Amino acid sequence: MSFVKLTASTLAIAAVSATAAAARDNVQVAGSSTVLPYASIVAEAFGENTDFPTPVVESGGSSAGLKRFCQGVGEEHTDVANASRAIRDSEIEACAANGVTDIIEVRIGYDGIVFASQIDGPDYTAFTQSDIFNALAPKVVVDGELVDNPYTKWSDFNADLPDAEILAFIPGTKHGTREVFEEKVIAVGCEETGAMDAMIESGMSEDDAEDACLEVRTDGRSVDIDGDYTETLASIDANSNGIGVFGLAFYENNTDKLKVATMSGVSPSTETIASGEYPVSRPLFFYVKKAHIGVIPGLKEYAQFFISDELAGPSGPLAQYGLVSDPELAATQAGVANEETMN
Amino acid sequence: MSDMSMDSAAPRRSSKSLHEVDARTRRRNAAETRFKACGIGAIAIGLFFLVVLVVAIFRSGLPAFTQTVLDVEFALTQEQYEDAESQLFKTKAYSQAFNGALKTQLDESGVTLPFDEASIERIAGKVGGTIREYFRANEDQLGQPTSFQLAASSRVDGYMTGRVTRDGFQDSRFLTLADLDLVDALEDAGIIRTQFNWNFITGADSGVDNPGGAGIGASVVGSFFMMLVVLFLSLPIGVAASIYLEEFAPRNRFTDLIEVNISNLAAVPSIVFGILGLAVFIQFMHLPQSAPVVGGLVLTLMTLPTIIISTRASLNAVPPSIRDAALGLGASRMQSVFHHVLPLAMPGILTGTIIGLAQALGETAPLLLIGMVGFVARGYPDSFIDGFVEPNSAMPAQIYTWAARADAAFYDKAWGGIIILLMFLLTMNIIAIILRRRFERRW
Repeated sequence: MSFVKLTASTLAIAAVSATAAAARDNVQVAGSSTVLPYASIVAEAFGENTDFPTPVVESGGSSAGLKRFCQGVGEEHTDVANASRAIRDSEIEACAANGVTDIIEVRIGYDGIVFASQIDGPDYTAFTQSDIFNALAPKVVVDGELVDNPYTKWSDFNADLPDAEILAFIPGTKHGTREVFEEKVIAVGCEETGAMDAMIESGMSEDDAEDACLEVRTDGRSVDIDGDYTETLASIDANSNGIGVFGLAFYENNTDKLKVATMSGVSPSTETIASGEYPVSRPLFFYVKKAHIGVIPGLKEYAQFFISDELAGPSGPLAQYGLVSDPELAATQAGVANEETMN
Repeated sequence: MSDMSMDSAAPRRSSKSLHEVDARTRRRNAAETRFKACGIGAIAIGLFFLVVLVVAIFRSGLPAFTQTVLDVEFALTQEQYEDAESQLFKTKAYSQAFNGALKTQLDESGVTLPFDEASIERIAGKVGGTIREYFRANEDQLGQPTSFQLAASSRVDGYMTGRVTRDGFQDSRFLTLADLDLVDALEDAGIIRTQFNWNFITGADSGVDNPGGAGIGASVVGSFFMMLVVLFLSLPIGVAASIYLEEFAPRNRFTDLIEVNISNLAAVPSIVFGILGLAVFIQFMHLPQSAPVVGGLVLTLMTLPTIIISTRASLNAVPPSIRDAALGLGASRMQSVFHHVLPLAMPGILTGTIIGLAQALGETAPLLLIGMVGFVARGYPDSFIDGFVEPNSAMPAQIYTWAARADAAFYDKAWGGIIILLMFLLTMNIIAIILRRRFERRW
């Protein structure tokens, strides 16, 4: 019967593919959607410039990428995890529990986080961390008292801001960007407005107050975006009052649709981020599984190619796309060359 | 008065005639008219949205099929070649050689506008890869003047297709207003022109800074291999399961349970199959990541219930007299099924299979989890077997990836990809209709 033949040939194909699966010859990368653009630029160039196959770069977010990275050693696991934040201790422990002990940390450069709104929308041109905190925190300080956030318009707490409804699209919790947003914007705003002190006075321990600071209001004025920046952009397009959180590179690619706000008086650019003047920036990383070097062809070469002066340097294609290149690139290069692992 | 009432009674009696419509009939007719109007309205709304969708898709997607190219003839010397090959970032050296040639050509063409190397760099796309590939394959062409048609940068392409306009234009490090004047001059000189973008149909995915090099071809191949796996697994398994359930299995509680579960399986969200695929096929069975074979296996699980349900329906539609006649002539049950029932049910089975495949072809969610979304469709597989195990993407996953990229040029590509995907789906549905029309038997 022809069905028997079909089934038999299918089984044969499955068997052949199972054996072929034993030899993966391409580098497998997964992780942060912020690092993905840079990694794809490097991966394409790596394939064009070397005789190794082009690496596969998957998206999914820093946490998801590190989780998969930490699942074990072997060809069925990823070789490199991209992350828009540093690896956490808990993740290093999870890695170690699965036998992933030698991890090489590679910092590729810096990325700025900008607040941008519809180009024809209200005049959001200057923010401070306190403004963002006042707009988005569940509890704020009004007349020295800690109260549930009463503000519905930006002008309610800062007369210089436009008389427009508060609506912010911020990265969801699976994004590394969220952590930077919390740490560099919300937490700073919490301290500056005195909300943190008020919380401690009200009887909270310092740790609890720090955690409480990072919460955002849940009445719909702050919207978590779990997708990519394009989703944030679409939300901004649909809501003229909305402000969104973007990566600098994304903003620079869409200057015709977005206008950017300064943060504490500094406008975001590669220069102000490199000099450290612009306060909301973060380093970008990728992590390499040392046990895979020598097993997966081209892994070390990929890592070295990524951070070479020609690519990650100030005049390379990554900087051209929007990465703020790392002034200490040479040290990183040496670290990768010597396969220095984290301790 | 009584006369009057008699008079008024007379027409009431005559209203019993079928030729005259009384109030109740009028109400019922009106209700019917209203219902018909609602139906027509519903269809009209559906058609309206279809038209809006098609117009939107074609308006946004057609720019992906044209490409702005720089037509430049230049000779790469042996030294330039060796110098470029000795560098780490070789393709950049080739790009620079191309830009140099473009500049020379521009000088010769008598364009009087001021321009420098930086503006040339902004106008030209990422061309180094193509040039390197060409000269590595044809080393004997070194030193010979060769004509290249290579992609201009995505902003220039946007300017030529109308996505980027002069009003509201802001200078950026990607393109300045002065560059646009230069582009106009280059167009007059015949160096820049637009042409049909074959690379979009045949090419592979590219890096985010190179929208001009992006094509959907590689992911079409990925989808093709996935569909092969789906077809060769789900068709025999699905048909065997349905034949057994329909023709041989006893009717009892156990087979009822199986039936209910097949229907349940058909309603499981596809992302669940993706999680299953990651856990079972990749982490337990150690099949390769991002490979069409895994995608195919996952989609097989998704397609199976569709095929089983449609196969059982078409087996059921074969009249029992056919089976009885076969059995009466001394055929075994298996002979009656395979010689008579199955051939008659085949058009229905194939239609169901094609519709199941078309569904699987457009599925993205499970592919997210098995690593087929991202920068994955990097090239064509080297051999037939590699087609199954080499990392590759699929059409809907590629469209999703492009839609998420920052450069607006990729947005056009995503819409263009949708056009290609729709064409495949349309073709498959037309094949299903033709099969049904040509081979269906009515009793």
